[in-house]
Amino acid sequence: MSLGRWLRNHPRLLERVYQVFAHVFQWAEPLIARLGYSRADRWLRWPERLVKQIIFDCRMCGQCILRSTGMTCPMTCPKQLRNGACGGVRADGGCEVEPAVRCIWVEAFERARRLEIYGLEIETVQRPVNGQLEGTSAWINTLEGRDKEAPRIWSLQPTVIRRDA
Amino acid sequence: MPEAGLGSDFRSAGHLERVLRAGHFAVTVELAPPDSADPAEVFEAASLIADSCDAINATDGSGAHCHMSSVAICALLTRAAYSVVMQISCRDRNRIAIQGDILGAAAMGVSSVLCLTGDDVGAGDQPEAKPVFDLDSIQLLNTIRIMRDERRFLSGRSLDEPPRLFLGAVSNPFAPPHDWRPYRLQKKIEAGADFIQSQYCFDIVRFREFMRRVRDLGLHQKAYYLVGVGPLRSAQAAEYMRSRVPGVHIPDEIVERMRKTPAARQQEEGRRICVEIIQQLREIEGVAGIHIMAHRQQALIPSIVKDVGLSPRPERKPAVSSQPESQEEKR
Repeated sequence: MSLGRWLRNHPRLLERVYQVFAHVFQWAEPLIARLGYSRADRWLRWPERLVKQIIFDCRMCGQCILRSTGMTCPMTCPKQLRNGACGGVRADGGCEVEPAVRCIWVEAFERARRLEIYGLEIETVQRPVNGQLEGTSAWINTLEGRDKEAPRIWSLQPTVIRRDA
Repeated sequence: MPEAGLGSDFRSAGHLERVLRAGHFAVTVELAPPDSADPAEVFEAASLIADSCDAINATDGSGAHCHMSSVAICALLTRAAYSVVMQISCRDRNRIAIQGDILGAAAMGVSSVLCLTGDDVGAGDQPEAKPVFDLDSIQLLNTIRIMRDERRFLSGRSLDEPPRLFLGAVSNPFAPPHDWRPYRLQKKIEAGADFIQSQYCFDIVRFREFMRRVRDLGLHQKAYYLVGVGPLRSAQAAEYMRSRVPGVHIPDEIVERMRKTPAARQQEEGRRICVEIIQQLREIEGVAGIHIMAHRQQALIPSIVKDVGLSPRPERKPAVSSQPESQEEKR
């Protein structure tokens, strides 16, 4: 088993690391703002790609929603779905497109259940991918709010997360 | 019943919405799209099933196979004043093309659309094609909802006249992760689904459990749930469907029952199973209707609808939107 796979199967650990990372970035934001977001993006996209590729098989969409998908990269889904499993998942949990591979959304859902902080976020509706952000640093885009720039209109009723179990 | 969630304002001027809101158990039927440029084939197929249903679904390259497009079929059928559900798959077009089609569809007199992610290109006979998936089905629902309710494109540019559409979503209670399927339905309703058409239901036990959880979440009051059904043509067809058609789950008992029937009587047995399933579905609270998909067996549909006591269908009132009246005169 690869290191990435092992880590992905320990989503709670990843969630903790994610949380620490998010705090560090928030704390460093004034500094990054002074440096300039675009310069920070140029500096950070390479280390970000390196780290996230190893751990998540990241595709650098530039608008990371890992914490809302059980720390499982939705862009690794052959249909690149951001809102959950399609109706084609096979009875054994195999992907419709690549039957030998487990549906990444089956894994995402199992992992989301194990998360302690962000687990229920898997039930929020995710906006369409902004193609202009591909290849840029999602860390910086999130700080700058660029990940929520497009589409300009995306109004949704506030999500009411309800558990019936 | 769903009235509460949908509110009292009609989303569309369509017959399907009217039938559902009136509390009728609705019937929709999937039309087999022709591999032909002859409009007569569309009208022939439609006339066979029109009296047995409240709306005809025009599929959009289902199974990733190319047929006459759903937009074109709806153009023909709305001109002849049929009630249609236009299917839109995310596989072949990006958000720019789809938003344009939505306006065009509403302009032609389409009142209901069904939003699907779509089967992967690999399921079809041209697996070398480029899959688009610019939006997913849930994002597509919210896109159309924004166009309808906020009179804007996703870019914010405003529409002179919004598309009045009854929004449909699909649901597959039979595919993993089973536990999570009701939440996916909840997401779709949040994104704007007014009605649901499900994948084929052959496993009534699993469906009952799914629907119990749907009721617990109160979702049956927010959208009308139409369950997918259809007759199996033969034991071989059952085997093929369950192994080759993405998302279709057929329990062993049903395949076994088909296999034990002599070949000559298998089609009738498949039809009987379908009738039994519909009868059981009608007893389940929260089921608002059925959606019949009878691949290469369209001729059986009138008799199935009749046998389950759903015939005749509620009468169609003349459409209230401005367009269809003049169109009817043209005929």
